[in-house]
Amino acid sequence: MKRLRALILIVRRSLREHALSTAVTVVSAALASGLVMAVFAVAAQSRAAFAGGPVGFDAVLGARGSATQLVLNTVFHLETSPGNIPWSLYKEVSEDRTVELAIPYAVGDNYRGLRIVGTTPEIFTKFEYVEGRKFEFVGYGEPFDGDLRQAVVGSEAARISGLKRGDVFQPSHGVSVSGNAQNPDGNGVQHDERYVVTGVLKPTNSPSDRVIWIPIEGIFRMGGHVLRGTGENFEAQAGAVIPDEHKEVSAVMLKFKSPIHGRRMEDLINRQGKVATLAWPIANVVAQLFERLGWVNRILELVAYLVVLVAGGGLLSSIYNTMNERRREFAILRALGARRRTVFSAIVLEAMTISVLGSLLGYLVYGVIMGVAAAIIRERTGVVLDTFEWHPALVQTPLAMLAVGAIAGIFPARKAYATDVASTLSRNL
Amino acid sequence: MDLLHVENLIKDYVSPDGEVQRVLEIANFNLAAGEQVAIRGSSGSGKTTFLHIVAGILAADRGSVRFDGEEIVALNESQRDQYRARELGYVFQSFHLLGAYSALENVIFGGAFGSGGDPALAEELLVTLGLEHRLKHRPHQLSIGQQQRVALARALAGRPRMVLADEPTGNLDPTAAVEALELLRGLCRNQGAALLLVSHDPTVLGAFDRQEDFAVLNQAVAGVTP
Repeated sequence: MKRLRALILIVRRSLREHALSTAVTVVSAALASGLVMAVFAVAAQSRAAFAGGPVGFDAVLGARGSATQLVLNTVFHLETSPGNIPWSLYKEVSEDRTVELAIPYAVGDNYRGLRIVGTTPEIFTKFEYVEGRKFEFVGYGEPFDGDLRQAVVGSEAARISGLKRGDVFQPSHGVSVSGNAQNPDGNGVQHDERYVVTGVLKPTNSPSDRVIWIPIEGIFRMGGHVLRGTGENFEAQAGAVIPDEHKEVSAVMLKFKSPIHGRRMEDLINRQGKVATLAWPIANVVAQLFERLGWVNRILELVAYLVVLVAGGGLLSSIYNTMNERRREFAILRALGARRRTVFSAIVLEAMTISVLGSLLGYLVYGVIMGVAAAIIRERTGVVLDTFEWHPALVQTPLAMLAVGAIAGIFPARKAYATDVASTLSRNL
Repeated sequence: MDLLHVENLIKDYVSPDGEVQRVLEIANFNLAAGEQVAIRGSSGSGKTTFLHIVAGILAADRGSVRFDGEEIVALNESQRDQYRARELGYVFQSFHLLGAYSALENVIFGGAFGSGGDPALAEELLVTLGLEHRLKHRPHQLSIGQQQRVALARALAGRPRMVLADEPTGNLDPTAAVEALELLRGLCRNQGAALLLVSHDPTVLGAFDRQEDFAVLNQAVAGVTP
């Protein structure tokens, strides 16, 4: 016990005597530890949120092309739409006996960069984003009327735009604000139509939170929108009914009565058909995307490991540089009866203490990184990361830092171990 | 029975050009438990080497150093460390206090690695030596005389059975030297520890009933070569 107290006293005093280098080393260990934990946690949570998060649909039916783009566009409300499919196809699949729910999406407009999705009121009345949970409104909010210029605003979209029930807004053309009036696509041009907000949705922690929902008829009738359902250009006239053959949708979100029905429809659409693509199952499409992007994560992990290595090197050199000045101290302690392994342990313990302090501070760094990353990811995708969600890296990283500290401490400790008592004391008479 | 018994002790040094130089050759030396002995010797005569071997800091090449019947020469380094921590106190000429630690912590280290000392004893020793108001002071904040007293307290903090003192008053003025010597001898008497002191100061040596001349004791100095 006395020896342990002496060890702790040696470590404590050395850390205090070299306060500046101790502080710098602790901070670098904290940055390394926090970075590693954040890289793993962000990767795991992002993957879980995108690949396994609540989607509520089994498949997406869209224009012939990339299933990944289709999913990104309709489930995560990112990227542009790969094209449109005729209304008749939507009607056909919605009447299929295997389909429980088919909801059409039409995209192409935004409000202050927030995506506007034209759809049917069923998105609020029938769709369950998690099993048993439908969209809920804040306060007295209610779904839009499919025949009126009304809108429902997602929670994050409401926070960003400031829109609330009763507010009026004018959509702009394009899925983002990147365009301008000179843009040939008309991106950024504000439409004349005004929409009244009938309700704001409660948060779902999903990409839907960033969406402003309006009736799909509103998209068809938005000024300047040209429908090419039959292949010929058609512009809706106020008050006149739009024939179904002119209507088109960006995608149809599908929920099957049983997940196994997806295979039959995939065969019908993707193998036998030529006009559309069925992205099924959605989770697989996203998982494939993450697999393709896996190298990015691996590079991030590599960088994090390198930072740990650099922190370990910094720790080693900061302690090693004090060894010459402390040689006399070790010789005196040895003359007082301290064994070689005692001074060796003191140095390793000192390095491990720095690692522990760094790891503890690393949780703060982790919290900051997660906070910033979560804000960015929430802003861009609507997905919410949880800083306090458990991940093995939260324990493994501090333990690894402790091991790195111990290993880094061994080199200077060997120098302390090798101190020759008699000659050192003689030189310091 | 002798507490310390040295017999046919030999220590050689090999110079960088390979020449073997005998620095120590002691045929016989004894110290009884509680006895206080002064060894007189000039600088470079091998006194410090002798004390280092007795303390187990250096290993002897040949011969026997028995402490309370235990052969120190046969012990490995770790066992010698334990022996030193358990049985010995050491007062160095330049005190060798640890500059980063307070006076009290310096003394606590004196008993930290053996079985006898404890923080209460360390504080008690410093109070006995009149340093009750200097417990938290670091060595550089103390006068030479106060540093000397901290060194004395540290040597006794582990309740050793033998104290080795290497020119313990070498850095003190005559008055302070006499005072420090009395304190050291008194503390050793109180704890029942034997004292083996080397010095070249006649005033210090004169205070001891038993004095040994290292020039006689060490036959290597007397001109005997291997």
